[in-house]
Amino acid sequence: MNFELSDEARMLQDGLRRFLSGTYDKATREAATASTTGFVPKVWAGLAEMGVIGALFSEREGGFGGTGFDIALVFEELGRAGAVDPLIDSGILGGGLLSAFGQDGMLEGVIDGSVHLALAHAEPDSRYDLARVTTTAERDGDGWRLSGRKAVVANAPAAERILVTARLSGGPADRAGIGLFLVEADALTLRPYPLAGGGMAAEIALDGTPAILLSDDAFAALARVHARATLAICAEALGLMEAIRALTTDYLRTRKQFGQPIGKFQVLQHRMADVLIEIEQSRSAVLNLAGHIDAEDRDRHVSATKNLIGNAARLVVEESIQMHGGIGMTQEYDLAHLARRLTMVDHRFGDALHHLERFIALSEA
Amino acid sequence: MNLDYTDAQKAFREEVRTFLDEKLPERLTDRGRAGRALTKADHEAWHAILNDRGWLAGNWPVDFGGTGWDAVQRHIFEDEMTRAGAPRIVPFGLAMLGPVLQKFGSKAQQDHYLPRILNGDDWWCQGYSEPGAGSDLASLRCEAVRDGDHYVVNGQKTWTTLGQYANMIFCLVRTSREGKPQEGISFLLIDMETPGVEVRPIVLIDGSAEVNEVWFSDVRVPVENLVGKENEGWTYAKYLLTHERTNIAGVGFANAGLETLKRIARAERDGDRPLIENPHFAARMARVEIDLMAMATTNLRVVSAAAAGQAPGAESSMLKVKGTTLRQEINALTRTAVGPYAMPFQSEAVEGSNEAPIGPDYAAQATAQYLNNRKLSIYGGSNEVQRTIIAKILLEL
Repeated sequence: MNFELSDEARMLQDGLRRFLSGTYDKATREAATASTTGFVPKVWAGLAEMGVIGALFSEREGGFGGTGFDIALVFEELGRAGAVDPLIDSGILGGGLLSAFGQDGMLEGVIDGSVHLALAHAEPDSRYDLARVTTTAERDGDGWRLSGRKAVVANAPAAERILVTARLSGGPADRAGIGLFLVEADALTLRPYPLAGGGMAAEIALDGTPAILLSDDAFAALARVHARATLAICAEALGLMEAIRALTTDYLRTRKQFGQPIGKFQVLQHRMADVLIEIEQSRSAVLNLAGHIDAEDRDRHVSATKNLIGNAARLVVEESIQMHGGIGMTQEYDLAHLARRLTMVDHRFGDALHHLERFIALSEA
Repeated sequence: MNLDYTDAQKAFREEVRTFLDEKLPERLTDRGRAGRALTKADHEAWHAILNDRGWLAGNWPVDFGGTGWDAVQRHIFEDEMTRAGAPRIVPFGLAMLGPVLQKFGSKAQQDHYLPRILNGDDWWCQGYSEPGAGSDLASLRCEAVRDGDHYVVNGQKTWTTLGQYANMIFCLVRTSREGKPQEGISFLLIDMETPGVEVRPIVLIDGSAEVNEVWFSDVRVPVENLVGKENEGWTYAKYLLTHERTNIAGVGFANAGLETLKRIARAERDGDRPLIENPHFAARMARVEIDLMAMATTNLRVVSAAAAGQAPGAESSMLKVKGTTLRQEINALTRTAVGPYAMPFQSEAVEGSNEAPIGPDYAAQATAQYLNNRKLSIYGGSNEVQRTIIAKILLEL
């Protein structure tokens, strides 16, 4: 047993933390919000140059990491800075699927930061069910044509190419018969919009849209990249919790009411203590998942961790705002962005409720 | 023991229902149901409709142009209003300042200001909290110094709800630093057109701009705008806080929220079933409903005691804690219910854009309302302050 980071990992962590704390000020965040892509190209280039995207992929894939612990390390730091860059979308999901289906040329572009991708998988009625795909695919000469609707496709406004799932056979919720396609972004109708937690997404309409088939049976690969993306977002949530903890403990120490720092009031001390306990639980849950990301019982760990993080995130957000009082409700104060982003974690890759049921089902099996 | 309304109360409820059926504009209920903020003109239009019927000032005595209703009638009225999706009556002039002027104001103040509140000539806002004086309100520092026939006011107020619409503000100001902090506070009425008053919006976590900072620099206020006696403003402020507590539980809001939540849970697909059939989700909704059924009766017990003339004790604090916690849980469940469509940031919908929302229309405001209603347990005396009040009364330590 060893909970220490390797020397290489510590170097990456230090470098990334330094880069992000020097880069992610309010002006950067505002520039990201004001942009059409939801992030700042200079920051993205800086991350790619540091090798942050490469850390998400194995040496065989052209990266230098790719383990669960690499993913956890990178995303905890991104969360700590409140970063909004689409590393999950272009990297974990997009790059992960390219790797699964032998698109090594394009993967190289992902790792050096020059290619942006998005995964258009979820549909307006699919909620968090990974197997529910009703978008249709029709053969057209050598290629295919896709028709359907895709919902809340993160990073679609920045992506040059979009990975799209469509049903080739079977019923609407069958795992078998889900195809994965590559579509040029300018062949699609996008309705772009900002996300409450930062970044951009789009609703996508496919109407006989030309597409190239990458796989005619993509479910296992989709499940794998979603497991890794869930680890990433859980680690990011942990980083967000740490940043919120720092703001809140500072506030409890310095804000005075009734002639003393409010942190002297026992009711707030106990509540802050509960928050700290749940943050430590979250850290352990992220480690559990990182250590089992390639294990046979991966999905049971995915659900356990995502459920715990969803519940802990709600506690951390609600208690930190409450302990701040009115100031915690203002856009101007950093907590607003961190709390919104942390709140939105529960709405991606399945919420606490979804993963509670899934955990029960997987535990019975 | 009988939990039903009397025949007279039932008849009154019918009268209120008929009025709302006939007079409540659909335009206003639609905006409210979509979670969209009303404009100033919307609020004023609704106030005018109620004033025409003589029902704008539910908590004022008849002598001052009010309804003279008892606590049960007021409760029935408020309950029917929320049930019908009517806009909330803007409380600052009617529920807050009115009763203070009636009890402590001069005849001249009553004659001048009360009719103007009813007919909409004045829009009041509340100048209580300051950056350094939140839960510890008595530590406020905004200062009024006597100079001949005027007070000169300097300082800052914050969290001033809808201050951007107001032309008048009632303020707690410091007029003395002698003795306990509570003993040097006065209650002052300030015209916001006076030179030196500046209103700056505060954007909140959900992107809305409903609260403001109000700054005073050398603002000259005529001495006749002092309510009651100098340095006794704390008494008036406390009177205001205890007086305005019949609707503190927000039972009507909670009922409306739960109804919307159920509608969403029936419409949302969760695998092969509607979300409402997900046993884990259904259990959480049921817990809320069970709690709400009991709280509605607690609320009626308090209303009934108030109608019989009993002074409220810890009950209003209990109702505030329970009521706000329940409403926040309903907001959290609603956010959960809309699933991935909680993610689009649709704040512009708050201000009323004509563009169709992203995803189902019921999802558009779920996240914004969840975030915005974190305020419920912070404002009006935070829930920590309420629990301290309850414990003090209970433990007598």
